Amino acid sequence: MYDVQHNSRGLVSHGVSACAGCGMELIMRNVLEVLGEDTIILIPPGCSALFSGFGNETALKIPGFQGNLENTAACAAGVRAALNAKGNKHTTVLAFAGDGGTVDIGIQSLSGVLERRDKVLYICYDNEAYMNTGIQASSSTPYFAGTTTTPSGKKTGRKDLMQIAIAHDIPYAATASINNLNDLKKKVQKAKDTDGPSLLHIHTPCPTGWRYEPAKTIEIARAAVQTGCWILYEYEAGKVTINYRQKELKPIEEYIGFQGRFGNLSKEQKKEIQDYVTKQYNKYIIKLEAMN
Amino acid sequence: MTVMQKQQEKHTPKPQKFRVYGPVATVYGSSNTGSWRILCPKVDYEACIKCGTCARSCPANIIDIIKEQSECVVIDFDYCKGCGICANECPVKCISMVVERG
Repeated sequence: MYDVQHNSRGLVSHGVSACAGCGMELIMRNVLEVLGEDTIILIPPGCSALFSGFGNETALKIPGFQGNLENTAACAAGVRAALNAKGNKHTTVLAFAGDGGTVDIGIQSLSGVLERRDKVLYICYDNEAYMNTGIQASSSTPYFAGTTTTPSGKKTGRKDLMQIAIAHDIPYAATASINNLNDLKKKVQKAKDTDGPSLLHIHTPCPTGWRYEPAKTIEIARAAVQTGCWILYEYEAGKVTINYRQKELKPIEEYIGFQGRFGNLSKEQKKEIQDYVTKQYNKYIIKLEAMN
Repeated sequence: MTVMQKQQEKHTPKPQKFRVYGPVATVYGSSNTGSWRILCPKVDYEACIKCGTCARSCPANIIDIIKEQSECVVIDFDYCKGCGICANECPVKCISMVVERG
């Protein structure tokens, strides 16, 4: 079908123009390694559109479609409906959108898909701002993070996509991070086997937007989990499992210290973030435990 | 792509039927992202324990571990962007980033 100009291992081309050290590129490769060739991908405009390519060139060996920012989930539901009409039950329909295309612009169509129980695997890679258009704050940007639209730090916390998904009582929803790729692959496999909508919310460090050394991408993802800024858990058929628990949270400095977007904060503000994260973490764990 | 552009440029006196396919990607290609590299990974093959952590964490998936070979870590420099994740994640720190050009 394709005119293959450069061969590659796996389904993704090696020379993709994602920034050096991009977390999203790592996620895309690992996700498609699990899902295999029998997948149709839907990509909104954004950083992930690098994979659908420019002009007549693409970086993926699987069929795909690039829609608009607000209708990724709706397009996926349409593809699923067409496959169902043809009697095709085996093909995975994957929607791969960023945090802006999911929690801000695309949330109405995502909510529709989750409510209609369409068998779609929705992956939100969360780099915590609109990175492709020049680092504007999204509703997933954390408290006090500096972006071009919130230069002195965002004054509000982030929207909780997982709890929104769980409120729809979908069969499978999980958070993941690139610091543990085996856990990520396991969750993708579970989501693939789910009969119904499934959602994965993946924490994706972005060297360009968060302003840190590209080499630290995985280190920062690990620090986010260990400091309690990102909680790994899954919601499976009404049951919540917390995948990773710290006995004691590491100081927040280990996460925000490397990042330029938190660079202009005063000591008091850093302490405020520490208190905020610890409080949120403890509150969230109690909430998750109470859900069972 | 060309079909669409031609249709827009063409003056049509009366309505006509067109079959438009739109922009469709037909070429599976790779950019030469190796040209971005400023820092280049250099492996100390003596210290390498062949665990494969660098290969798993490489965003471009271009590192091969060939255990039989003395130069066991093979990196495809056509696509290596020089991000340094391999050097940062290596458990024995046997990869160092050296300046390739000024």
